[in-house]
Amino acid sequence: MAIYKLQVNGKTLQADVEADTPLLWVLRDHLGLVGTKYGCGIAQCGSCTVHVNGSATRSCVYPVSAVGTSQVITIEGLSEKGDHPLQKAWDEIDVAQCGYCQAGQIMTAAALLKQNPKPSMDEIEVTMNGNICRCGAYHRIREAVKLASTKI
Amino acid sequence: MKSTTTNSRRDFLKMSAITGGGLVLGFNWFSAEASAPVVFSSVAAGDIGFNSYLSIATDGTITIMSPNPELGQNIITSFPMVVAEELEADWKKVKVLQANLDNKFDRQLTGGSGAVPHSWKLLRNAGATAKFMLIEAAAKKWAVPASECTAANSFVIHSRTGKKLGYGELAEAASKIPVPATVKLKDRKDFKLIGKSVRNVENHKIVTGQPLFGLDFYREGMVFAMIQRPEQFGMKLKSFDGSIAKSMPGIIDVVSFKNNVAVVGKSTWQVLKARKMVKIEYEKEFALESTEDHDKLFLNLMDNGQATVRRKDGDVDAAFKNAAKVVKGEYQCPFISHSPMEPMNFFAHVRPDGVELVGPTQTPGRARTEVSKLLNIPEDKITLQLTRLGGGFGRRLYNDFTVEAAELSSIIKAPVKLIWTKEDDMTAGTYRPAVRYRFEAALDASGNLTGYKLRGVGINSGNPTRENNFPSGAVENLLIDSVEHKSPITTGAWRAPITNFLAFAEQAFIDEVAQAAGKDPVQFRLDLLAKAKKSPVGDIRYDISRMEGVIKMAAEKSGWGKKKDVSQGFSVYFSHASYVAQVADVVMRAGLPVVKKIYAVSDCGQVVSLNGASHQVMGGIVDGLGHAMYSKLSFRDGAADQNNYNTYRLIRMKEVPEIETHFVDNGIDPTGLGEPALPPTGGAVANAIFKATGKRVRNQPFIEEDVFKTIS
Repeated sequence: MAIYKLQVNGKTLQADVEADTPLLWVLRDHLGLVGTKYGCGIAQCGSCTVHVNGSATRSCVYPVSAVGTSQVITIEGLSEKGDHPLQKAWDEIDVAQCGYCQAGQIMTAAALLKQNPKPSMDEIEVTMNGNICRCGAYHRIREAVKLASTKI
Repeated sequence: MKSTTTNSRRDFLKMSAITGGGLVLGFNWFSAEASAPVVFSSVAAGDIGFNSYLSIATDGTITIMSPNPELGQNIITSFPMVVAEELEADWKKVKVLQANLDNKFDRQLTGGSGAVPHSWKLLRNAGATAKFMLIEAAAKKWAVPASECTAANSFVIHSRTGKKLGYGELAEAASKIPVPATVKLKDRKDFKLIGKSVRNVENHKIVTGQPLFGLDFYREGMVFAMIQRPEQFGMKLKSFDGSIAKSMPGIIDVVSFKNNVAVVGKSTWQVLKARKMVKIEYEKEFALESTEDHDKLFLNLMDNGQATVRRKDGDVDAAFKNAAKVVKGEYQCPFISHSPMEPMNFFAHVRPDGVELVGPTQTPGRARTEVSKLLNIPEDKITLQLTRLGGGFGRRLYNDFTVEAAELSSIIKAPVKLIWTKEDDMTAGTYRPAVRYRFEAALDASGNLTGYKLRGVGINSGNPTRENNFPSGAVENLLIDSVEHKSPITTGAWRAPITNFLAFAEQAFIDEVAQAAGKDPVQFRLDLLAKAKKSPVGDIRYDISRMEGVIKMAAEKSGWGKKKDVSQGFSVYFSHASYVAQVADVVMRAGLPVVKKIYAVSDCGQVVSLNGASHQVMGGIVDGLGHAMYSKLSFRDGAADQNNYNTYRLIRMKEVPEIETHFVDNGIDPTGLGEPALPPTGGAVANAIFKATGKRVRNQPFIEEDVFKTIS
């Protein structure tokens, strides 16, 4: 066990955990940030996606010891009032069915739009293909990313 | 609370003033057998102890409770919409709350696509009755006849003078109006919300990551637990050694019950790591089955099994003896996992004075009953708080995880959150059963279907036929029977139970028969329905006209028979009281069939939320296509070969075709929609693949069929 000081959503937070603890479980069990979801635990579904220094990262396989001074952004910190263009587009297009994977979908899309604010449909698909939506809301996810890209 | 007899109406209102202003117009949503209206002596605003109510606060906020578990079917939006429609509520002022398990609700469960059909009239009555009382209250205040008043947008308006009063201002007076025995419901042409696109009321919470799901529930002082279950179906626990695990950081205890070894600790990760260090010995209790065994078993039981007759019309033997042509087809599907995104989990706290349960279940009432029986604690000492469900697909109809959590809490005497990993969920059941079907059809010299046989052989499938579905009723000589093999592999209902595969097999076979008869597949189906209409054979449980309706509309919308650049396949299916026809457009790319587009025409009666409904249809199609194409669970010595998304393939974004949805607008009261769009998809796709390639896919997953293998 060791104390890790993490930069999460612009704040310094600390957790007393083992070095191999995935960032996902530090966020959820120790920091009370449950918006980041546990889906598969093996980086296959993308439900646990957060930003580490701006890059979409699968927090379920990312050990806390690797975070260091990196800036971590979770869905709770994506915007102050829940009004990031993607969050607004997700509401406007009414994307969610069960909603469980959507935080990870939005964080994946947010990293994409940061690097490439006007992605083509093909670029959206290539990026978002890594995130599973078991409800099959893929059409609306794609549409919402596209819509958000017009508002950035 | 006490009962009153001020009104004889059986199924409606309970009401009271909220302490400190505002008003609760409580009502019993569902129970047509409920007793007379009940007045709550005092109700605190937002007190979930009285959760079968709609309340109107003095500021005009209308709170509507949604009792059924929400797993993505959008019930938390569509139920309140129906109440708000008849209430003439300003939707912007409606606040929706998820209700907890409460005996006041009838059918507080999610399954069978039954919620809206079951509650449609009761919800409308609820809204209309409250509206009636608000109008009466306003009329009384203005000393005008109620007939001169109307309601709109959370206001009552006096048409002659234009005076208006908000619902908030009227709520208290309205509560004193006698509850009407009957109320007039709106004409559907006047619907303002129903049939329109209304967004999910929980969108904001979902996109901002607020705690909504069972896994998000944390309680100060709770412990975390995972259970190691036998990895092979057929094994039972012999002994275990938890000493190493117990010495690991954060681990509180390692205990066993039934076939389970549970590791309890202070955090999920510590428990997950320690569980791997428990040494467990199992012993064989039943045969350890493999997929190879099942394949042999299917063939053997198909010919030699003791079949149970499900439906018999006419003389099948004679029909086949006299046939000009006989068509045979066999189809097989593997086990599949529900695999909702949120793994199974539940919170339980068994205390000396009662039990607290919190989590995601499709059947909270059954969960409570099972826990009550297990712990011998009366149901009225057990509470269950419903969270949003991260998907269900039938998996959360079963409460094994709830019962495990309760049993564990009673053993360790602590509040516990039990978490399953994705691997636990995929390897411990409860699967869609593996089934094999044999179809046989007899045709006369003119290509008329004179005889039809279906035998279903399933592993823990119960009756894997839907013996009264189409084409039953349209064929004079028909025999449908089934054989079941009992296996230690646990199975259960999987979205659109049985029909999720049967529909594909049957609709593909109907195309085989149409082809043998030299008829267009759409016309062939319409001819059979016309025959069933004219001279029905035996019991007909589906509505012939509604089925004809979706077939014709799907043919029209998809340009059936008119497209040159794509190969089209047709399918139609009746399930959960609704009718869905689909056409798949397939093109060849690099020698492989690719699904370009699927048209879906649904007759589910009145649509409640249009974007919600089209979302259910699209999701059902993606689910149906994905599992038909890619998913399977195979077994070796009782253990599943696939245990997570790296080996168990789910459909992804790049694999979904364009989807176009249409709804039949016929004004019939709503029938089911969460499931009916799934069954037809596999058949439409398989029939299109046949048209494109001349090859028939007969087994799921399609991706393993020859047609998807490029020649190297």
